[in-house]
Amino acid sequence: MKALQVISSAYRCTIEEQDDPAVWITHAMKGQGAELGVVLRGNAVCYSIEGQDASGISFGDWQQTNPPRLDRDIASLVDKGIDVYVIEEDARERGITSSAFMPGLKPITRAALAGLFAEYDQIWNW
Amino acid sequence: MSDKKALTFSIMDGPFEQARIVTVLRMIDIAAKRGYKISVFAYEGAVSLPFAKQAQHPNAVHGNDLAEENHPLAKDWIAALMKTARDNGGELDWINCGLCVDERGMGDAIDGVRRGTPGDLWSCASESDNTLIVGTR
Repeated sequence: MKALQVISSAYRCTIEEQDDPAVWITHAMKGQGAELGVVLRGNAVCYSIEGQDASGISFGDWQQTNPPRLDRDIASLVDKGIDVYVIEEDARERGITSSAFMPGLKPITRAALAGLFAEYDQIWNW
Repeated sequence: MSDKKALTFSIMDGPFEQARIVTVLRMIDIAAKRGYKISVFAYEGAVSLPFAKQAQHPNAVHGNDLAEENHPLAKDWIAALMKTARDNGGELDWINCGLCVDERGMGDAIDGVRRGTPGDLWSCASESDNTLIVGTR
């Protein structure tokens, strides 16, 4: 069984969770032997950019350490052998060209999505 | 895989915030009435759906006392769905993500809810005819 994780909701609770829960569960299931691919669409295409820094939040005397590292979490998906696609049109609408993607990420057009979906048994829309 | 449909749902939202919970529980209700094998992986805020300490309240604005208001509680809906599934020869296996339970202090769930991991979501999905992710927005 192969499942494609289509992730669009981005930066929703990343400070509190120290990650994106859809990306996190992809890592967790991969660790359990799952066969997975990922498509970043909508605002989640912004996860394709290296060098994001969400550190520094504090409330009163509480200094929050260990901020989310969304770029690292995406790059490590690639390191684990997971195909990570980024929808080019969604990136372009946000001023991001595919040349700015981190190494290993795969640009894909909206028109090519149907063909990609056909390669998977289930499509999970996060 | 048996001739009875097997469906997996993953839900991310808690109760009383938006329409997604009622919608997905209505879908599960249909599956339960058909005797399907249903798995639910409650992820993130959804682990609060079967929280046992949910309580009804009266509503002075509505002019209703406790009994008249009969305030909806997700835990009761889930218990009813579990019973419906059993009564129709199916089952509803409700799995609460353990880490999500811990960070929210939601360990006190109704009977029939079990604690699990993302590996349970994967195994349920692998044994299902299809999977519906109801992500939060």
